[in-house]
Amino acid sequence: MATKPPLTPNSSNPRPSASRGAKRSRSPVRQLLESYLSHHRKVAKDSARRLWRAPVASLMTWTVMGVALALPVGLLLLLTSLQGVSAGWESAARVTVYLEESVTADQAAGLRLDVGTRADVAEVELIDKSAALAEFRQTSGLKEALDYLNDNPLPHTLLVTPSDESRTEAGMQSLVTALTDTRGVAQVQVDLGWLQRLNAITELLGRGVWALAVLLAVAVILVIGNTIRLAIESRRDEILVAKLVGGTDAFVRRPFLYTGLWFGLGGGIVALFLLQITLWYLSGPVERLAGLYRSNFSLNGLSFEGVIALITVSILFGWLGAWLAVKRHLDSVEPG
Amino acid sequence: MIEFEQVTKRYDDDHTALRQVNFRLERGEMAFLTGHSGAGKSTLLKLIMLMERPSAGRVIVGGQLLNKMPRRQIPYIRRHVGVVFQNHQLLFDRTVFDNVAMPLEVVGTPSRDIGRRVRAALDKVGLLSKERMNPMQLSGGEQQRVGIARAVVNKPPVLLADEPTGNLDPALSADIMHLFAQFSQVGVTVLIASHDIALINDMNRRTLTLNEGQLIAGAVPSDQEPDHGY
Repeated sequence: MATKPPLTPNSSNPRPSASRGAKRSRSPVRQLLESYLSHHRKVAKDSARRLWRAPVASLMTWTVMGVALALPVGLLLLLTSLQGVSAGWESAARVTVYLEESVTADQAAGLRLDVGTRADVAEVELIDKSAALAEFRQTSGLKEALDYLNDNPLPHTLLVTPSDESRTEAGMQSLVTALTDTRGVAQVQVDLGWLQRLNAITELLGRGVWALAVLLAVAVILVIGNTIRLAIESRRDEILVAKLVGGTDAFVRRPFLYTGLWFGLGGGIVALFLLQITLWYLSGPVERLAGLYRSNFSLNGLSFEGVIALITVSILFGWLGAWLAVKRHLDSVEPG
Repeated sequence: MIEFEQVTKRYDDDHTALRQVNFRLERGEMAFLTGHSGAGKSTLLKLIMLMERPSAGRVIVGGQLLNKMPRRQIPYIRRHVGVVFQNHQLLFDRTVFDNVAMPLEVVGTPSRDIGRRVRAALDKVGLLSKERMNPMQLSGGEQQRVGIARAVVNKPPVLLADEPTGNLDPALSADIMHLFAQFSQVGVTVLIASHDIALINDMNRRTLTLNEGQLIAGAVPSDQEPDHGY
């Protein structure tokens, strides 16, 4: 009872009236605030109890809401994880420089030092042709075929990591040109094609997910609105009596807005639950797949902030749906 | 307390429910409103509780002109008008206590005061022992008395009743009427719509008679009825 509310209630404030107004204005503002808050508590509790008393119906509404929320949120999580992959690669974009076959190991080491002094180069790694062959033998599965070769067909290779400031399109372009023109260089390769494709796909997916999210948000609001509409119908008598004894619109709306709020809270919790189960179900296969691609990709669950945001948005949708239903149906319930 | 000046109410379908009705009820006055069904009794009451608006004329309750009262002000007017209905409009999903408490909750009465005032109202109608019961468990006369307790719990200056004894036997009806008379004695303006002529005659109060929307008797309090409950 000690809480001090920041807002002044305007709904339960009796308007001073010429007739017997003095009787009511004698009660101090503090007392009015207290009773306003205690009415809020009472209505909140009462509407929660009503949902609890019809557990199956409530659970169905919660589940509909939970599924509709979990779907876009799950896809968003997947998308964020994918973007993490491409971001990791982009920052580590490297240029592969294949040297001519005639270049010896010493010359290659010299070239490595030369390239390393360039301002637009951060780091250069030399992959010796014999090391390259050993690795190829290991990973390609062509061990026997390679044994037939007399010579090592692979060239020495330089892995050039551009400096941060040259990691622009123009910077990369000039670096590639300079490297191509260097004596002893056979081919320069910047393989960002698949990354660009991945980026394009994630962007497309991102838009798709947002479009889906908007559609499902509308669906959620409509579902809650319709549920609240039914609640209004079933409590018609109560609404009439409340209006007859002088209940303001705010007073009459309050229980339904709280009902929407509880629907939202329940829906958010169900969504969270569904997401966790799905994540748990997918995590094994995803790890295996990522392992095959030697990627550090992993499906990330919701962060604490994400959980709070999901619940908040869900509550907001529930409230909004209830508000729309109340606006549309409650004001038309008039005694007479 | 209640004042009608040249009040006419016409509905959309050209049906005229009230024609140029004039009357005035003072504070603490108790009066009956009678006439055949369809004579305009309900319409007249609805104008006072702002369920309808007059087509012409002025309706003044507690010094407030109701004609142009904005919609959002309606609840604050209704808090000063207690209403008893023929079908009593009780809610069967809550106890007698909670039914009677509704007008107090609407105005935000602190919960400790609610208990005290609800019990005072229930005591007044003789149902204090039944506060925890569901109205469905009560007899017709008891239900009507719960309705009366709810109408007066907020101590409104005006009390309206639409056929409050419609479903009750004569003895119960007389009880209810005496209850209304007690309220008028403490300054409440009481207007009761009824077609129970025998009962009205027994009570010997001012009687407004409507016929096809016109007030044909009782527009002015007659001198033979000095007992207005002051």
